[in-house]
Amino acid sequence: MNIDWQAFLLTAQLAGLTTVILLVLATPLAWWLAHSQRPWIGWVEALIALPLVLPPTVIGFYLLLLFAPESGPGAWWFSLTGEPLNFSFTGLVIASVIYSLPFATQPIQGAFSSVSSGVLEAGATLGASPLDRFFRLVLPLSRRGYLTAAVLVFAHTLGEFGVVLMIGGNIPGETRVISVALYEAVETLNYGSAHTMAAILLAFSFVVLLVVYALNRRFSFRLGSGV
Amino acid sequence: MAVLRIDLEKNLGDFSLQITQALNIHTVLGVLGNNGAGKTTLLRLLAGLDPIERGVIEFGNSTWLDSNRGIFVPPHKRRIGMVFQDARLFPHLTVEGNLNFAADRAAGQLLPRTEVISALGIEGLLPRTPEGLSGGERQRVALARALMSAPQLLLLDEPLSAVDMGYRVELMPYLRRVIDRFHIPTVYVAHTLDELTQLADQLLVLREGRCAALGSVTEVLVQLDLPEVASREQASSIITAQVTSHDLDYQLTSLTLGGQSLSLSGLVAMPGADVRVRVFATDVAIALLKPEGISIRNVLPAVVTAIRVDGASPFADVLVAVDGQSLRVRMTRASLDELNLTESQPVFALLKTASIASD
Repeated sequence: MNIDWQAFLLTAQLAGLTTVILLVLATPLAWWLAHSQRPWIGWVEALIALPLVLPPTVIGFYLLLLFAPESGPGAWWFSLTGEPLNFSFTGLVIASVIYSLPFATQPIQGAFSSVSSGVLEAGATLGASPLDRFFRLVLPLSRRGYLTAAVLVFAHTLGEFGVVLMIGGNIPGETRVISVALYEAVETLNYGSAHTMAAILLAFSFVVLLVVYALNRRFSFRLGSGV
Repeated sequence: MAVLRIDLEKNLGDFSLQITQALNIHTVLGVLGNNGAGKTTLLRLLAGLDPIERGVIEFGNSTWLDSNRGIFVPPHKRRIGMVFQDARLFPHLTVEGNLNFAADRAAGQLLPRTEVISALGIEGLLPRTPEGLSGGERQRVALARALMSAPQLLLLDEPLSAVDMGYRVELMPYLRRVIDRFHIPTVYVAHTLDELTQLADQLLVLREGRCAALGSVTEVLVQLDLPEVASREQASSIITAQVTSHDLDYQLTSLTLGGQSLSLSGLVAMPGADVRVRVFATDVAIALLKPEGISIRNVLPAVVTAIRVDGASPFADVLVAVDGQSLRVRMTRASLDELNLTESQPVFALLKTASIASD
């Protein structure tokens, strides 16, 4: 039996790194989306939500063009680092961040919106500055949103296939993630290792979701209810 | 005492608030007004929670707002303590965590923590989360939390309005104790007079965003042209009298009021102490001659000082002076005409009952 542990490790690295980057990146974005009154906010929201509906190959195709070392961002990156973005781990991370962005922003934005302004006003009258209120009130009151975002992003990146295939290819230790390794095992009629990899992925996903739901129940104080 | 100088102008749709006053806050300044009179708007402006186009707010020596000089001190730097109608406790923290949140950010001298906790009787609630607390408990915690931030000014926005009727009576002594013990200048917004007669010494009456009256509670209560203090249930006056003795057998307390003796039930005060008693206008009757053979024990010589008749109402308001103190009387217009009362006419005021206003 031939299990591609390297692919597992790479997938975990990719999903973990994407999750961390997205939680940080989505925080100001979600705050802005939750509180901005500008009329064109809908355009931004639609743009961010695109990966939810677009076929991954479409995103992969455009990213392939953008990442190409001949022009645009790809050329800039190439001149900066001497490495192409296409068919590299860095390229995969950037693609995953774009591909999973809505899975991070939407739960966090929802959580921010449900933190009552009344509670924040109370914080202000008690001497908490805006930043203080954000870290000590908004963030803890939004932890369910963050948990949901983290799990969705991680799981979504885990299952990423089309985008990876378009811009990453199948380089062991660099871009060959578990879904690609699984695909290859099936293509080469190596059903034994395909079974094992699929079963591990299935079990892992189930356990993660189980933990999330259990945690969610424990954190089930009413969010932003202003009690 | 603290001086709060305000010059505010705020427009909100078809409502506008326009107040220019120097408010001397001895202990508690009560703000009274109907719904939509601008009470909460005023309080939120004092706290700095809402933007304003033009205005000045000076508290003591500090300027919180001066639109001409571009000064706006944000709420977290004003050193205020605010209690909202809904307690707004932090749901992710315990009661103790809520108090710590305030104490950690307090500027200046902290109030002694154990004293705050015991004054509000929340010792047993400290480890609990806000979710499990009753409405009255939440407001007590909210008040304790506000005190823990060592405020220079307390702003109370109808703190009893979201609390069940029965609990309001329970909460009053806590409010009283906080006011007496910590001596923090307080602005107390309410839409019923009951709380204010018990807690406030000064009264600001708001009507449609304007100041309709400002003065001591005693003075404002007897302004006959103020509908805010004239409702059938609330119209009243406050008189100060001295306790002379208690009759334990009949459970009555004797008081003197300018040489006249007065007997009331339900008073707890040492002989010699001055007490402020609130007398409801409907509990006072007027007689032209000293009545005999009547169950009412309190018959005080008085002089009519003002009469107000509203043709649309069956009732009339009469003000009489008893030893220099104003007593508000509500009677029917029919009685008024029958007695043919005129100003400066000597009469007798008959008091049925009275309740204590404040110590």
